[in-house]
Amino acid sequence: MMSHRRLIACLVLLCVASIIGVAAAETPTEVRIGVYEPMTGAMAAGGQMTWEGIELAQKHRPTVLGLPVRLILVDNRSDKVEAATAVTRLVQRDKVHAIIGSYGSALSMSGGPIAQEAKVPVMGCSPTNPLVTLGNDYYFRACFIDPFQGRVMAQFAFEKLGAKKAAIIQDVAQDYAVGLANFFKEAFIELTGDPEAIVANTYYQTGDRDFTAQLTHIASTNPDVVFAPGYYADSAVLISQARSLGIDAPFLGGDTFEAPEFIEIGGKNVEGVYFSTHYSADAPITPASEEFVALYKAEFGKAPNTFAALGYDCYMLVLDAIERAGVVDPVAIRDAMAETKEFMGATGIITLDENGDATKSAVVLQVQDGEFKLVDVVHPR
Amino acid sequence: MTLEIFMQNIANGITLGSLYALLAIGYTMVYGILRLINFAHGEIFMVSTYFAFYGIAIFALPWQVSFVLTIILTAVMGVIIERAAYRPLRNAPRISALISAIGVSFLMSNLGLVIFGGRPKTFFRPQFFQIPIQLGSVRVVALFFIIPVLTVVLLAILNYIVYKTKIGLAMRAAQWDFDVARLMGVEVDRAISVTFAIGSALAAIGGIMWGLRFVEINPNMGLFPGLKCFIAAVFGGIGNIAGAVLGGFLLGFGEIMLVAFLPGLAGYRDAFAFILLILMLLFRPTGLLGEKQRVRT
Repeated sequence: MMSHRRLIACLVLLCVASIIGVAAAETPTEVRIGVYEPMTGAMAAGGQMTWEGIELAQKHRPTVLGLPVRLILVDNRSDKVEAATAVTRLVQRDKVHAIIGSYGSALSMSGGPIAQEAKVPVMGCSPTNPLVTLGNDYYFRACFIDPFQGRVMAQFAFEKLGAKKAAIIQDVAQDYAVGLANFFKEAFIELTGDPEAIVANTYYQTGDRDFTAQLTHIASTNPDVVFAPGYYADSAVLISQARSLGIDAPFLGGDTFEAPEFIEIGGKNVEGVYFSTHYSADAPITPASEEFVALYKAEFGKAPNTFAALGYDCYMLVLDAIERAGVVDPVAIRDAMAETKEFMGATGIITLDENGDATKSAVVLQVQDGEFKLVDVVHPR
Repeated sequence: MTLEIFMQNIANGITLGSLYALLAIGYTMVYGILRLINFAHGEIFMVSTYFAFYGIAIFALPWQVSFVLTIILTAVMGVIIERAAYRPLRNAPRISALISAIGVSFLMSNLGLVIFGGRPKTFFRPQFFQIPIQLGSVRVVALFFIIPVLTVVLLAILNYIVYKTKIGLAMRAAQWDFDVARLMGVEVDRAISVTFAIGSALAAIGGIMWGLRFVEINPNMGLFPGLKCFIAAVFGGIGNIAGAVLGGFLLGFGEIMLVAFLPGLAGYRDAFAFILLILMLLFRPTGLLGEKQRVRT
């Protein structure tokens, strides 16, 4: 009997010792946050702006739980296959505790399942397609989603611009553009009550440079507005060609228009273009907004953009989750992240819903004299 | 489709087709002499747009000077590429030179990313080329006239060089057989260098026109125009200069008309170009104007 007890006591001791031993071996000396963003390719501007914000946030808050935070950046080259490879590399080689990324919904959708399988949480900055987080309990995002964004622009076209007929030209190779075009279409038909309200719906592919045939078709249908979801460089070239073909109708787009390249490439041709986006430095929402604007201006000497703000918020959201989790463990961080409530971000107050999406206001900007000017703020219902 | 829209699409087709034609000439010329598909042609074209861009943006040159310098620099670059990557393989199996060409293509686009940066640049935009012109109901820009005229002029100059000059004779001799040509006193290496210089200069002219037309330039821009011009060159009969022009125009027209008549299929226009390539290779591998295949032993 006695020997039995002794044996059990020994075993218990052994167990405890081994647990402590394992815990000691796993005590992290740093927090690794992987970042996968398009630093080159068709979406390079978006990735680089986001990275600016992430780096700025890390500079501002370099530690969590007393440990230094290390950022590991991998370029996904605006390519869906590269995006999957980038996430694989982050989880397998760099063994990151959390991931931030990526600008470009299609890129996030190809990285998502890999992070989910590896049980590493991801905080998306600006992927707005609903499918990014749907069915993936390891993917979260700091931005609104496209059913809302599409509706914002449809409502803007209908109520503010008085449009009755709209044409759509979309980048068919991008989940972002395809999704946004569909949500715009649904909302616009519902608002006008006219099933024929979309007079033309045509397509192109990322990187195409000649849009004249599609635009000639659109010109022949004489729309009140043209909705053209796509990335900044393609869209600027497209709108320039539309103007030279004599299409005077206002062009509308989504958050991907917000890049300095859009104005540089488009020049005078993109004057008057409207688009929805996540944030404007002209409409600060929280105390964190003002803090961020001050930090950004001190670092870069110019007014910040949406993507830098979202990158900044993503980093802070990840740190917030780690702090609440109390341990540097990907699964624990994921659970804390899912509980994010009323987080004061630079881009607004962020509460994540059951899908891991944020419900936030959108702003509508217009290109005026070569600058993005705030024209409207739309709150979710 | 009304007549006005159709006429507008004809104009669209001419603008796009002449640009393809311009690029395809350089492609086909190198093949005609060397029997080498120069896959780096698209990247030479890409780098030339950056030469022109930096000439104006950094060195503040007038655009005319910058464009001329670009053509010269690109020609020199073409000669250097030939020396470094193709000449050492002159007597190797033809597939080795092809692989080397693909290597050069990747090297250049990645070097472009490192040196020029991943974000797109805005090409110089002189108002002169973008003046909108209205012909009846058809709207075009000045480039609509400039590019086709340039293509035809270059075609004439090239024909003159290849068929009327001594160096052209040397090029045509080299095309038949390097060794025999050498025995006849032809400086084969020089003829090939000149071929590359002319081919690259044509890529530079194409690059400048592309930049003026589409304004945006980036390090990956060589890939698709390169492939399209390869298709145009094969379609017209690879190695045949007039064929490349014809192929370029037909491809441009085909793409525009596909979208014009079937706007719902606009997303598939690249697929259309490749289907055209496959069909041509299946049914008439020598292309529209191509000569019978000669096998050099």
